[in-house]
This record gives sequence, structure tokens and C-alpha cells, in this order.
Amino acid sequence: MSPLGKRFLQAVCLRAYRFLFFSKFSGKGEALVEHKKIIELQNISKEFEDEQVLSSINLDIYDKQFVTLLGPSGCGKTTTLRIVGGFETPDQGDVLFEGKRINDVPAHKRSINTVFQKYALFPHLNVFENVAFSLRLQKLPNAEIIKRVKEMLELVALKGFERKNVTKLSGGQQQRVAIARALISHPRVLLLDEPLGALDLKLRKDMQNELKKIQKQTGITFIYVTHDQEEALSMSDVVVVMAEGKIQQIGTPTDIYNEPVNAFVADFIGESNIVDGIMNEDYKVTFSGHTFQCVDKGFAPGEAVDVVVRPEDVDVVNVADGMLQGTVTSVTFKGVHYEIIVDIGGFKWMIQSTDFVDVNANIGIFIEPDAIHIMKKSEFSGQYGDYSTFSDEIEELGNSETVGD
Amino acid sequence: MEKTRKNLGRLIAAPHILWSVLFILAPLIFVVYYTFTDAYGTFTWENIFALKEHANTFLISVSLSVIATFICFLVGYPLAYLIAGYKEKSQKIMITLLMLPMWTNLLIRTYSMMAIMDDGGFLNSILGALNLGKVHLIGTKGAVIFGMVYDFLPYMVLPIYTIISKLDKNLLEAARDLGCNPFQVLWKVVLPLSSGGIISGITMVFVPSISTFYISQKLGGGTFELIGDTIERQFQNVSTYNVGAAISLVMMILVLVSLAVMNRFTKEEAS
Repeated sequence: MSPLGKRFLQAVCLRAYRFLFFSKFSGKGEALVEHKKIIELQNISKEFEDEQVLSSINLDIYDKQFVTLLGPSGCGKTTTLRIVGGFETPDQGDVLFEGKRINDVPAHKRSINTVFQKYALFPHLNVFENVAFSLRLQKLPNAEIIKRVKEMLELVALKGFERKNVTKLSGGQQQRVAIARALISHPRVLLLDEPLGALDLKLRKDMQNELKKIQKQTGITFIYVTHDQEEALSMSDVVVVMAEGKIQQIGTPTDIYNEPVNAFVADFIGESNIVDGIMNEDYKVTFSGHTFQCVDKGFAPGEAVDVVVRPEDVDVVNVADGMLQGTVTSVTFKGVHYEIIVDIGGFKWMIQSTDFVDVNANIGIFIEPDAIHIMKKSEFSGQYGDYSTFSDEIEELGNSETVGD
Repeated sequence: MEKTRKNLGRLIAAPHILWSVLFILAPLIFVVYYTFTDAYGTFTWENIFALKEHANTFLISVSLSVIATFICFLVGYPLAYLIAGYKEKSQKIMITLLMLPMWTNLLIRTYSMMAIMDDGGFLNSILGALNLGKVHLIGTKGAVIFGMVYDFLPYMVLPIYTIISKLDKNLLEAARDLGCNPFQVLWKVVLPLSSGGIISGITMVFVPSISTFYISQKLGGGTFELIGDTIERQFQNVSTYNVGAAISLVMMILVLVSLAVMNRFTKEEAS
């Protein structure tokens, strides 16, 4: 598909999405009202024991959106969340809530609630009292508390669990209680710190859908922290990719995937082949000894760049028809496709193809212009995107962290 | 194999069992025996009836111990809470400081307290030098309560501190997050979750308080007796052994009953 076509389709999708979203939840006549900024982080820096955890974070979060802070452990995402929640104070910079500075507002006075990584349910209280906790503090009449807890437990599918001991519940159930407890006082913003980290895969997928559903139903702004890129892409309206205490990129999941700004983002989100290239002129790039048509422009002629090609965008063809030629070094069956590692001029590419090829076979590859994405050189250049040391096992280890930074 | 292990176990436990029989079980039997016999060894209810004379002493003992335990709780709980809030290194130092007085013998500590509180003691010399008059402390119930609090406070702080310092910090953050001000965090979350420590603390202060005789003798100045003093006096005289035994028995039952009540509390909290 041409890039123009792609953009157009995106725009159409966005319109359709907004139409659906607003007509369902805000009722009449507000279909095209832009969301207002609810949280603004301005120039936030934070140090822990001489270690710079956050440096100059600037982030606007809009009302009613599902925003995900995504990054490897130690990237500062949890600290960012804790600053919004009021559990840490920034060394520098301001936190704004609906335009008002809230740096000095303590956690218990913020209309922001948190779902903690390990749920943090009160073990001395049963399910009902855990959920009712914030309403009891507000000294609401008993009848209203009972009504609201009942509604909330229905929302998280825990009807009839009122009298249960929270320590006797399964992980998924505890998680739901934690969500119900945080939502019942109708906060404007809900913070979720790797809430699904301790659940097994199946339950995790279910909870992802459920969280997304709850977010839409309640219209509460969600700020979600995870190191799981798949989770981030499938749930979020906006993804904020962080690394080394800095925001690398802010965008919709499609933007982040299709238009990563640097090698870190390209590598962290999905699989990427990242090779060194030279931008000859607008729409022309040379890498691996071949000049390709591409859809990017605005670089200086002859500028060194990082070129990203997603494994699923590479077509396997005959050697003669290929733009580049290489030798297959490994083939792994992945169910939907084969994962093929090809040595092209000493650089190992990953290709995902539904066609089987033999190991040691010489193949040609073909890349469409819009499958090539050009990025400016960055501090991350050269660190990522080569599959010569790639192994599933290592990848697995890298992703298996469950406890956050 | 299993059998040898069992035999070995028995062998290792033997000294302890012997010890328990000789120094716990046998004395207990003696106490019961003396309680229900007179000086000639014949069965009698006399000693139980004689307890009436000491009802007042019982009352004073219980009330002073309850007050001292309560003060220990009021002082000890916030102290434990504060200590648990510090960094680990500081916590260790503070706990060591708290236990430091316990390295000194109880008698010496009580004597030094006499030296401080005496009519011509340290405190009154200072007050005198400042022309602030004198306070009479030794011989008052206040002095005895103060002595109990001073001597037994660490027993209150330690178990509470142990529990609070092990509390999941996320729970405290969750409470703040849901709208608790710092006082409400303490009241609604920390206090109920540390009830186990409170119960142990109360037990560990109340039991030695109610049975103490030394503190009341030194700091009470002999103006009134506690139950411990009475027991001691009864046993110093051969002819009143039996009454002494009866008082001990009643006190033991008293302590056991209060322990049972406490245990019930903790069990209810846990379930």
C-alpha cells in the first residue's frame, strides 16, 4: 500500500474511532470535542542517590485516554508514575493537574488512584471493606456505600465475593479487587504499575481486554506502566516509550510501530532489522550496497542514517530477482510464519515469511519502498537491530522480568 | 533409622524434661499442695479464705500494672512506629539504644532510679538549686508506675517494632492513595495490622509488672505492698508458707486467664 493510502486509512480509522467513542459515552453533540489536557509533566528531573533516574521529562496526558509508559526496567517509567501519584517529588520541574501545579499536593488529596504492582490489598479487611475503603474515609452513608461497592464488584466480575478474605483469592481476583478499590471513588486518573506482571499469560490476555473495556466504560484516564510492548500496543491510545530516564517517543501504537524515531524504539517495539544507510537525496537511500526507493525525505544529501526494515515487510524471492542476496543461516517454524535469519554481506537479517526456505540456500530479498523507514542517527545507533547473536532463549530471558524497575 | 532418630531425640530432650519436672512441675505441685493444707499437712480451705485480707493488695497490683502497661503502650507504640519509619541503618542503632538499658541489671537500674527520685536525690538537688522547691516521689504510686514503665518499656516496643517494620510498604502507600491522611494511615491500616505485636507487647509488660516486688519495695518506699511483695513476705516466714502459696496460685491463674483472653483476641484478628 502506498504511504498516502496508509495515512488516509489511519485518518479514517481515527475518525471512526472517535465517532464511536463519543457517540457511545458522551451522548449528544460532542462528537468532535478535543480531549483536554489532564496531566502535564514539565521538565521533570529526579535523582536517587546520585543516579539520574529521570531527566527533563515533558509529557502531556489527555483526558479519557489510555496512555502507556513503556520501557525496559530502570528506564524511569515507574518513577514517573509515582511522581504523578504523589509518592515521589521531582527534584526539578512541575506536575500539573488540569493546569494547576500539584507538586506540593500530597497523595491523599489528589484525584488520582493507583493499582499497585502487587495489589497491596489490606489483609485485615474483606473484599467488601477493601473496595469500600475510600468511601468509608469520605464518611458516606452506609446505604450508598453498599450500593456503590455492589456496582463496582459487578463491573470487575466479582459479584458475590463481598465477604471473602482477600488473602484467599487468586492473583486475578486480587487484581480485580485492587482495580475496584481504586475506581470506586471515581478518580480522574488511574495509575497502573505493571498490574498484570504477576499473572500467567492466559489470564493476562483476558485482563488486558477487561481493563480496556473498563477504561472505556468509565471514561477515566489510565496511565499504565509496562515493559511488555505487545501489551502496550494492544491496549493504548498513546504509547510513551522511555529509555535511560528520557522519553524517546510519544505516539499512537501504529505511529510507534511504523515510524520509530530511533534504533532503540525500533528494536524495543517488535522485531527490526536496523542497518546503516546513506540518504542520497529525498526518497533514495543506499544500504547493503544497493540503492532503494523509499518514502522519507528531509535529510541532508549524503547524511548517514539508520534504516529500519520490519521482518514481515521483507519478501523472499529468487536470487536473480532480489534487490539483495544472502545465505540462509537458520529457519525456525513459528506457527503463523517461518522466522528466517539471512546473512546479507555479513549482516544478519530477520525475515518472517510464510514460505519455507532451506538452511544454506541462497535467496534474494525484495523490499517495497514503504517498508523502508529512515531514522536520524542517535545515541542508540549500532546497538540494536542485528540478529547475528539472536536466539529465542535470550529474547525470552530479556522479556521475563516481572518485577519493575 | 527412624527409630534411632526418635531415640536420639529423646536423649537430647532428656535434660530439658528433667529440668521441667524438677523446677517447673514439682514446684507447681508443691504450690497446689501448700495452698490446700495447713502447717501440719492436713487439708484446709483456710488459706483460700485468708486471701480476703489481701484483696486490696491484689487490686492495687492489678491497677498499677494495668496503668503501667497502658502507659508503655502509649509511649511504646508511637516510638516503635517512628523507629520503623527510618532507614534500616538508623533503625538498628535506635533499637540498640532502646535495648541498652536492659544490659544493666534490673536491681541496679532500680537503685539508680532511687538515687534520682529520692527526696535528697539528683532531681531534687537540681530543683533545689533552681529554687523550684522539692517534689516527693519515692513512696508514691506514681514512682512505682514510673519504675515499671522504665523497666519494661523495651518489651512493649520490640514486638510492635518487629511487626511494623515488616509491614508491606505498599499497603501504606495504598492507604494514602485512597485518601488517608498520615493519622488515618496509622489508625486504619498500621494499627489493625500490628495488633499481634500489641498483644505480645501488652503480655510481656503486664506479666512482669504484676509480679514485680523489687520495684515497689524500692520506689514504693514500703508505704504500700504489691502482690509480689506480699508473696515474698509470706515465704520469709515458715508459718505463712501456705497463704503465700495460695496467693501465688491465684496470681498464676490470673495471669493464665489474661493470657488466654489475649490469645483469643489475636486469633479473632487473624481470622
